Amino acid sequence: MKNLSRVFSSRRTWAWPYVLFLVLFVVLPLLLIVFYAFTNGNGQFTLRNFADFFSKSEAVSTFIYSLAIALITTVICLLLGYPAAYIMAMAQFKTPQVMAMLFILPMWINFLLRTIATVELFRFFGIPLGEAALLFGMVYDFLPFMIYPIYNTLQKMDHSLIEAAEDLGANRTQVFAKVVLPLSVPGIYSGIIMVFMPTVSTFAIAELLTHNKVTLFGSLIQRSFGEGGLTMWNYGAALSLIMLLIIALTSFFGSPEDNDANQKGGLL
Amino acid sequence: MQQSNYIIEVNNVSKQFEDGKFALDNVSLSIRKGEFVTILGPSGCGKTTLLRCIAGFQVASSGDVLLNGEDITQIPPYKRPVNTVFQKYALFPHLNVFDNVAFGLKLKKFDRTTITQKVKSALKTVGMTDYEYRDVDSLSGGQQQRVAIARAIVNQPEVLLLDEPLAALDLKMRKDMQIELKEMHKKLGITFIYVTHDQEEALTLSDRVVVMSEGKIQQIGTPSEVYNEPVNCFVADFIGESNILNGVMLEDRRVRFCEHEFDCVDTGFGENVPVDVVVRPEDWYIFDASDAAQLTGIVQSCIFKGVHYEMAVLTPNGYEFMVQDYHAFEPGREVGLLVKPEDIQVMKKERLCNTFEGEILAGNKVCFLDADWDIPGQVAQQFEVGTKVQVTVGFNRITLEDHEEDGLLTGVVHFILYKGDHYHLTVRTDDGEDLFVDTRDVWDDGDRVGIVISPDNIHVSPISSEK
Repeated sequence: MKNLSRVFSSRRTWAWPYVLFLVLFVVLPLLLIVFYAFTNGNGQFTLRNFADFFSKSEAVSTFIYSLAIALITTVICLLLGYPAAYIMAMAQFKTPQVMAMLFILPMWINFLLRTIATVELFRFFGIPLGEAALLFGMVYDFLPFMIYPIYNTLQKMDHSLIEAAEDLGANRTQVFAKVVLPLSVPGIYSGIIMVFMPTVSTFAIAELLTHNKVTLFGSLIQRSFGEGGLTMWNYGAALSLIMLLIIALTSFFGSPEDNDANQKGGLL
Repeated sequence: MQQSNYIIEVNNVSKQFEDGKFALDNVSLSIRKGEFVTILGPSGCGKTTLLRCIAGFQVASSGDVLLNGEDITQIPPYKRPVNTVFQKYALFPHLNVFDNVAFGLKLKKFDRTTITQKVKSALKTVGMTDYEYRDVDSLSGGQQQRVAIARAIVNQPEVLLLDEPLAALDLKMRKDMQIELKEMHKKLGITFIYVTHDQEEALTLSDRVVVMSEGKIQQIGTPSEVYNEPVNCFVADFIGESNILNGVMLEDRRVRFCEHEFDCVDTGFGENVPVDVVVRPEDWYIFDASDAAQLTGIVQSCIFKGVHYEMAVLTPNGYEFMVQDYHAFEPGREVGLLVKPEDIQVMKKERLCNTFEGEILAGNKVCFLDADWDIPGQVAQQFEVGTKVQVTVGFNRITLEDHEEDGLLTGVVHFILYKGDHYHLTVRTDDGEDLFVDTRDVWDDGDRVGIVISPDNIHVSPISSEK
């Protein structure tokens, strides 16, 4: 009995279900993707899938196009989101939470429903669907993910730092450029990752908002698995792996050296 | 043009916050060039607000702030030739020590060699040479404070403002830094305005001390003036230890307190005038009871304080005195007490009783402090309903109740003054009015109380025609 209670009181014991979960639903699928990507339909090792991708100019251009769309979305989100976060954090609103809440509120509704509603809205106003609609939809869907981390960092910033800068002779522009902006970098970084990662792999928004006129890399992967039948699985896995690599690269590339970025409000 | 002798002049400055509370209430203060002035007061007394008005982080609601005779009330902080050392240092975490100190110089577009030279010299002044390229987060509290001081003085401001700069340091460190600050002030020759709640720090450092309470300046004077000649009970109580008692000034140089007459050095109060009397604990001579004693008493407690012993002595007529002496007198011993005339400080009483403006209501009631109080019928009948009257209530005629519901009015104990045989409390009502209550019961600061005044103790008189 004593042994049993020791087993149950140990923290390690309680970690096991999570370890099992991670192995089953994270590690194993990853390994499967790698396995499929490097094999043909018969399970033999091959680099054919990658060769296929790089030889098809159409696939490569879709890939580059998706990256560009994701990048543009991220930049627009940053340009719109930073001022919003700044205003919320700095202005002495009686209830800044209300404004933050309003930005978060759309996230309570499933993004597919929101996208479908956006499509209807465009149709109602007679605006043609296409690239512009796609960008609008992506920015609309992912803007909160940019605002929130930046708002978080700005809000936690010690106000006396701003006063100290003013005291040392910095006007408002200088205070922003020399203190506020550098100190909000962890938040900006989190925001970029939070927006870029999902936009690079999204496909549902593109399909709905462009009526399949624009194909993104996510759609390409989805089609490989969905329509291509079993034979396309290996190709789809290779595409997934390439995308995973790109996302991993962007996450590590330019990551602030600051280890305590997390404490300062960053999400990653 | 007449050159002003003062570097900073604060003229009738008031600061009212959005909630209507006055953080500063008509404050005036002049500071000479090169002076070390300390603004001293308990938390919430407005001292930091006053400093922030001088720094420019807050704009006075009324009144003006002058620097070298020029009005700077509306000038933003970055255009003022003053620099601040913040309470929590406020060092920029994304910059190293060098860049923190160089921040102001870079904004002023000095060239690189000048900046390097100035930063090095400032860091040397604060004893932080060789720390230039350290991360500020890796420094201890004391080191961060030194960097914060260097960052301010490197700009050679005309006035250096220090907002409780040593509050976060431990005692030993604080003492060392006090000495260093004093030396720095001597060496740099710039004006220091220093905010603290630590009276010892204020006395140690300053040329002049400004004692504040409730947004008002209570006294301005040299450290020895505010210690030896406090102008009121608040200052006497806040600075140092003190025995504060009610007394009567019988005539010039003759005061009566604790049922005994003493010679003193104060004059000009008139005859038989109620006053407050202060005797510092170290000014009592304590010895075995003898004919030389002015007062006798029994030692109640004796605590060793390092340099001296602190004893509580209770006189037969119920007054308790705090006495400090190098010799210990054990509890239970009968002792005599004596004080020299020059060690008795006599202060004018700020008030003799509670005075309010009221209005007679129907049904033998009078309205004051936003409440309707019963008064005896024969008193009420002397006035017509609706007459404005002056209401007075003696300090010891007010009863405080534990249960708020038992009082006609509720309030919070706001300030406690021990007067030897009773407590003099300031009770603030929910409407922000102050009542003064003498009681022998022990209350704590912040206690919520119900306020009761019996009809017989409410004195109503016509408002004197001069008003």
